[in-house]
Amino acid sequence: MTDIITGDPLPAPPPRRSFLRHNRAALWFMALLSLFTLVVTLLSEAVGTGLISTSLVKILGMTLCLCLVAVAMDVVWGYCGILSLGHFAFFGLGGYAVGMWLMYARAEIIIRDSLATAEIPPTEAEVADAVGSQIFGVVGSSELPALWAFAHSLPVQLAMVVLAPGLLALVFGWLAFRSRVTGVYLSILTQAMTLALSLYLFQNDSGLRGNNGLSGLQNIPGHLETPQAVIAMWFFWGSALALALGYVLFAWILSDKFGSVIRAIRDNEARVRFLGYHVESYKLFVFTLTAVISGIAGALYYPQAGIINPAEIAPIASIYLAVWVAIGGRGRLYGAVLGAAVVSLLSSWLTGGGAPDINLGFYVIEWTEWWLVLLGVGFVAVTLFFPRGIGGLFDHFAKER
Amino acid sequence: MLLEVSGVSVTFDGFRAINDLSIAIGEPELRAVIGPNGAGKTTFMDIVTGKTRPDEGRVRWTSHGIDLLKMSESAIARAGIGRKFQKPTVFEEQSVRDNLSMALKNRRDPFSVLFWRIAAADHARILELAEEIGLSNRLADRAGALSHGQKQWLEIGMLLAQDPRLLLVDEPAAGMTPSERAHTTDLLRRAARTRAVVVIEHDMEFVRRLDCRVSVLHEGSVLAEGTIDHVTRNQQVIDVYLGR
Repeated sequence: MTDIITGDPLPAPPPRRSFLRHNRAALWFMALLSLFTLVVTLLSEAVGTGLISTSLVKILGMTLCLCLVAVAMDVVWGYCGILSLGHFAFFGLGGYAVGMWLMYARAEIIIRDSLATAEIPPTEAEVADAVGSQIFGVVGSSELPALWAFAHSLPVQLAMVVLAPGLLALVFGWLAFRSRVTGVYLSILTQAMTLALSLYLFQNDSGLRGNNGLSGLQNIPGHLETPQAVIAMWFFWGSALALALGYVLFAWILSDKFGSVIRAIRDNEARVRFLGYHVESYKLFVFTLTAVISGIAGALYYPQAGIINPAEIAPIASIYLAVWVAIGGRGRLYGAVLGAAVVSLLSSWLTGGGAPDINLGFYVIEWTEWWLVLLGVGFVAVTLFFPRGIGGLFDHFAKER
Repeated sequence: MLLEVSGVSVTFDGFRAINDLSIAIGEPELRAVIGPNGAGKTTFMDIVTGKTRPDEGRVRWTSHGIDLLKMSESAIARAGIGRKFQKPTVFEEQSVRDNLSMALKNRRDPFSVLFWRIAAADHARILELAEEIGLSNRLADRAGALSHGQKQWLEIGMLLAQDPRLLLVDEPAAGMTPSERAHTTDLLRRAARTRAVVVIEHDMEFVRRLDCRVSVLHEGSVLAEGTIDHVTRNQQVIDVYLGR
């Protein structure tokens, strides 16, 4: 290759870096995640020795989903500098979208079974009515709202897992970013969004069963006879795969110039504008993509949890998400995974009665009450003394070697 | 004319920062803009680059008469106007190479950037720019680790990487050593052979070395315009600026 004008050979471009070979953290992460999945599988009740109970497999699978939404949060906050305090709304929407199909299809199976013995075979309208009163009896209604028009269709509801959070993020982000709302004002706006959504869903006539939410989601229509141990295993694998794919997707997006631009936006967005980049488009892209991934994480989480209700998307949930990422270490994807895993597992251990109370003689520390204090103190301590979070420890080791 | 600013005024909280300013820049041209503090030098650049919207007046770009006042900052930058700020603003967390690479004249929409991979021509251009700004052996270093003068240069390099038709440079020599200043003068004069360069500067020695047409701004409008010798002999200029 020669330069046309001078005839000097052009310097060779740097060798094309294979993305994974270049990205050692991603490789390590994949290896550890595979190992973890393998160990859990081998110790599970469904496939292995049974050392790990099915309920623990579910907790671990749910934790993987929380790790995925934390990775998305890290991309939008740690890399792009948008402190969204509403990403759990997208997580919840994903859960609701898949939950509608799970509830509808299961109710339909039950209704058809019970009507099968009737002398006159039921018409489709009768089945739909019966499903309506089965699902909505609890909020004193028997009609399926229009929102449920496609609840019988798994493909449509799976599309909604991606479309509902994606469209909400697109519209919300477009309005917010084009008005140049940034910093704490944007955070407040995202809190307001998730608050409004959760308050709306709390209403009985919201069409999603008000504060009852959707339940029985652990029963998978078509596999109602399959033991929960097996279903838990499937969802655990699905969650691990989703986390792996999500991690690699984000690592790839961040690996080259796009990553450079969004980190530049985080550090000085006005300067990026004067370089000719349309900052709002980049923010909107990142905000929407992370919302979609959050929706997918939610769609995998709630069938393992078994129930979703509007309290799940209350503002506090999104604040926890930010806390996980801060504790794990912003601006590094594995930091977000560590933060979400450590904090949420610790939380279920301490609040689930697993941890022994501490008797000080004059006072007994009960972890169910003191957990939030511990979390608060931990958050303050990390912010003050380890601004790089748990992930920052890796830098420390890397330096010493 | 490449850039034509006519009758522009802007008021901040009752303070008239720019008052019926008219200024025209040709292509190629090197122009220095001087004036006391508060004369509106930086505000002039803010208006041209879309950061500040004027209350009245027109800003036309190229012979097609494109209205810059209707464009966003990023669209103005893509149209070919590059800007260097008074305080060096490079992306300190990122390498010198990444800083230059981001500024390279390539497509700027998110999807193109997402699938962008460095081509031989881009790589060659980065090396060439690094050579020109004296940072060849610092490409892999964090921009934050550079000295103040080197950051100024990196920013000038980023400006050149954009390959703009008009460069707006705000106090490029601030905080530079005499030899760095000489280098900067050369760079700007060389750039001005093929494009328009507007330099805001306080240092009269530096302006003298640029050896170009000078516009003196005072209270938001042009007080005098001409060669450096012409404007420094102007009694009004001496009264409001040089005499102090």
